[in-house]
Amino acid sequence: MDFKTIVKPFILGNFLFTDDAAAVADDSSLIRGGIVDSTGILELIEFLEATCGIRVAAEEMVPANFDSIDTISAFLQRKTAA
Amino acid sequence: MTPLGHHVLDLDLEAEADRIAASLRAATARELHRRGLVVAISGGIDSSCCAALAVRALGPDRVFALILPERDSSADSAARARLLAEHLGIRSETKDIAPALAAIGCYEQRDAAVRRALPGYGDDWRFKITIDGGTEGRINVFQLVAEAPDGSRHACTLGLADYLQIVAATNFKQRLRKALEYFHADRLNYAVVGTPNRLEYDQGFFVKNGDGSADVKPIAHLYKTQVYAMARHLGLPERLCAAVPTTDTYSLSQGQDEFYFALGYRDMDLALWALEHGRDAADLGQALGMDARRAEAIYADIENKRRTTRYLHAPPVLMGEPGLACTA
Repeated sequence: MDFKTIVKPFILGNFLFTDDAAAVADDSSLIRGGIVDSTGILELIEFLEATCGIRVAAEEMVPANFDSIDTISAFLQRKTAA
Repeated sequence: MTPLGHHVLDLDLEAEADRIAASLRAATARELHRRGLVVAISGGIDSSCCAALAVRALGPDRVFALILPERDSSADSAARARLLAEHLGIRSETKDIAPALAAIGCYEQRDAAVRRALPGYGDDWRFKITIDGGTEGRINVFQLVAEAPDGSRHACTLGLADYLQIVAATNFKQRLRKALEYFHADRLNYAVVGTPNRLEYDQGFFVKNGDGSADVKPIAHLYKTQVYAMARHLGLPERLCAAVPTTDTYSLSQGQDEFYFALGYRDMDLALWALEHGRDAADLGQALGMDARRAEAIYADIENKRRTTRYLHAPPVLMGEPGLACTA
């Protein structure tokens, strides 16, 4: 499954109030780019847990897993493949 | 390069006290055009130091202190605050803000969120929130720690909505206190003193339009270690100088490092100083007896808190100029 189809609309709609896919590149840092702060990451994790049927463990809650649409999607691929 | 250690925070305290007092005097008279200063004193070291500096600047007759306890304040805090007012010879007024907080739903909203997170939580329980993750390089999450009347402890990770509601409700406390400070400032034609130290100010450990709001902030450039040293230099009673910093916000005793800072204040001060002076994480790790990786996580946590709390420092964003937007 291509998780970007879930992640990207959430990032765009929830944090940028837009559906313009060009508003953020898939490999852009959401944290350094000022799009998502730490509260936003918790929102994102709650959304992913509710939508993708996963449970994010404490040790997985590292910026590297949640810093871009690409890394979030790759993290979801690994989680659902496991 | 000077070896990194707590000595980097040493200060010429007499010269600094004189400089702050002169600045406070000039700001109050020439910039704010007020006749004195209002300080809410909590019994903690920061507000005590600010009150003492205000007295040094303007004399005891032009400083008015407020002691504003509520249901969850420690009785010892108010006692220390009264001791300070007496020591400085300043007028003070004590106002229990619990009834007003109850009337606007502070405790009710807070307890509803706590009960959602921890069914079984009752009115006779005590609780606090602790922070976890940032110093290990993870994303900070919040834990609810509650104590039942029988002494048993219960803990759970707080969901975001419950965490936000608890914080929103408890923020009423700082905002109501500020409303009272400005009432008295308006009544007396005084200015309001804000009491954050450098660590709190830099890391956004304050409530917007609550304790973050003030006309002057005399110690926002001083590290907490320096505030303690200044308090001793100013001759404040030992009972105040020895007080352990707490948030005094939750019913269960809570250190500031449990809720917000990665380390105790002495080491946190050094970490902030080292970061601001471009010192390698390895240097910090060596000074604090930790490995470089953990020191890097502390640097990252400091930067993250700066980013996350930029909004607290920001003035309102005005729409009048094209291209102007909040970049936080």
